[in-house]
Amino acid sequence: MLGYFLGLYFFGSPTGGLVIVLVVWVLMSLFGYFQGDSILLTMSRAKKISRDDHPRLYNVVEEMKIASGLEKMPDIYIIDDPALNAFATGRDPKRAAVAITSGLLQKLNRDELQGVIAHEISHIKNRDVLLMAMCSVLLGTIVILAWYGSRFLIFGSMTGSRRSSSSGGGGQAQIIILVVALVFMILAPIMAQFIYLAISRKREYLADASSALYTRYPEGLASALEKLGASTGQLKSANQATAPMYIINPFRKKGLKASDLSSTHPPISERIRILRAMAGNSFGDYDQAYLQVHHGAKGIMPKAAEMAVGATPLAATKPETKVGELDETQRARETSDVMWRLNNYKTITCNCGTKLRVPPGFKEPKITCPHCGRIHPV
Amino acid sequence: MLPVYIIIGVVVVFIVFPFIITYNGLVRRRNQVKNAWAQIDVQLKRRYDLIPNLVETVKGYTKHERETLEAVTNARNLAQQSASAGAGARAKVEGELSSALSRLLAVVENYPDLKANQNFLALQEELTSTENKISFSRQYYNDSVLKYNNQTQMFPSNIIAGMTGFKASEFFEVTVATEREAPKVSFT
Repeated sequence: MLGYFLGLYFFGSPTGGLVIVLVVWVLMSLFGYFQGDSILLTMSRAKKISRDDHPRLYNVVEEMKIASGLEKMPDIYIIDDPALNAFATGRDPKRAAVAITSGLLQKLNRDELQGVIAHEISHIKNRDVLLMAMCSVLLGTIVILAWYGSRFLIFGSMTGSRRSSSSGGGGQAQIIILVVALVFMILAPIMAQFIYLAISRKREYLADASSALYTRYPEGLASALEKLGASTGQLKSANQATAPMYIINPFRKKGLKASDLSSTHPPISERIRILRAMAGNSFGDYDQAYLQVHHGAKGIMPKAAEMAVGATPLAATKPETKVGELDETQRARETSDVMWRLNNYKTITCNCGTKLRVPPGFKEPKITCPHCGRIHPV
Repeated sequence: MLPVYIIIGVVVVFIVFPFIITYNGLVRRRNQVKNAWAQIDVQLKRRYDLIPNLVETVKGYTKHERETLEAVTNARNLAQQSASAGAGARAKVEGELSSALSRLLAVVENYPDLKANQNFLALQEELTSTENKISFSRQYYNDSVLKYNNQTQMFPSNIIAGMTGFKASEFFEVTVATEREAPKVSFT
């Protein structure tokens, strides 16, 4: 993002260049805003699934759609990547999409999956995609203006000092103003960047709280985050601009634990601690838990959020018997079957137990099992 | 002349606009409550449609569970007939259906063949999901009712609510004590 328009800076006349750069930046942002979700999904080679492709995932998303009150069911995508991550995209709730990696899909049980999906759906419901897009436009504009402002000042002071050498007192005030303005211009982009990241982190807290509210089960998300935190693989297709929308920072370095001012997401261990410290399920309870973990910091939830909602769960939350729940091996097999099918491979199960994966372009009418030698029609 | 325009302007900005905005907010919230109530119905109906299929699948594998299966079928038929009854009566029959289903699923633990059957697993997932959806739609209904009730009762929107006839709604509460208990499974 930053690198892009730094390249555009080296332009001819100052004012004309500024206008052109601003126009280009706004156009790029608009383009990103309107086409962003399809670009993002294509970049990550995400495959859209229907209800029959993966009933459990579809049902989990549908349950969260009901709990959050989203009007339209979001599109669901699976990304073929062993890294554990998920993201939400879509500039308004009617055109939303949720994507999850195959690695994460096989690692999480139903409750954890529901916590993660609830977190992503709350990004959609709280319009975080729109908010972060606006913020990044503002951030870019501030950086552009600061850069051009500093160039103007340099030019201006050079021509001004030649002309105002006659008026001594006026020249001094001018220099002071010049210095102050210069300092602000250097600091403004840095401050804007920090504010952007602070906003991103705050929305992440809100999404965690919303997930607890929708599922009425914060332990689901907490346990999912634990599994996520333990993994260190980097997601191949993430980039700077899309990082805020992932559930955890796709660029985290190994072993980075301290609260990082330069991160789009709060540290995972802290998020887990807050979720586990919650006494109830409402935003008020999340706020309490946050204050507990941070010992006297200011609260994190927006005042307008209605605090008492979610104070009492409706029915006994999680039954002890989990008939039909798959364990990790079964989930791994299920995810692998789904990915093969999404890539248009046919699966033939031989009597000896081997699964034969037939590629889409396979032309022969028969195929031989490599294990036992039986011949199967395709 | 000018002071008159100023007074009109003040009235419009400080009285008429907030009135309109609050009134619209109340309407929106009340409609959300109605919509949420209808959503519960949708999910309950899904459950009615799923159950016969489930009972047939289980019947094929289990020889000794006739009573449990009959209990489920009867509870389901009763619930479907009570579809037009009031909220309290409905909650009761739906709760009984949920208990019957839990007992059936607990019994299935004894039949490894059935547990491994793909058909049954798919049905099981659908049933779990439908139960969850019923639960979540009731949760959403209650959340909507809370927001609406807050608007009708908190100052200053309660003035406008009183003037225009918006009344608080009821929560969908668990009034039947038996539904709160976890179902007990006995093999005697």
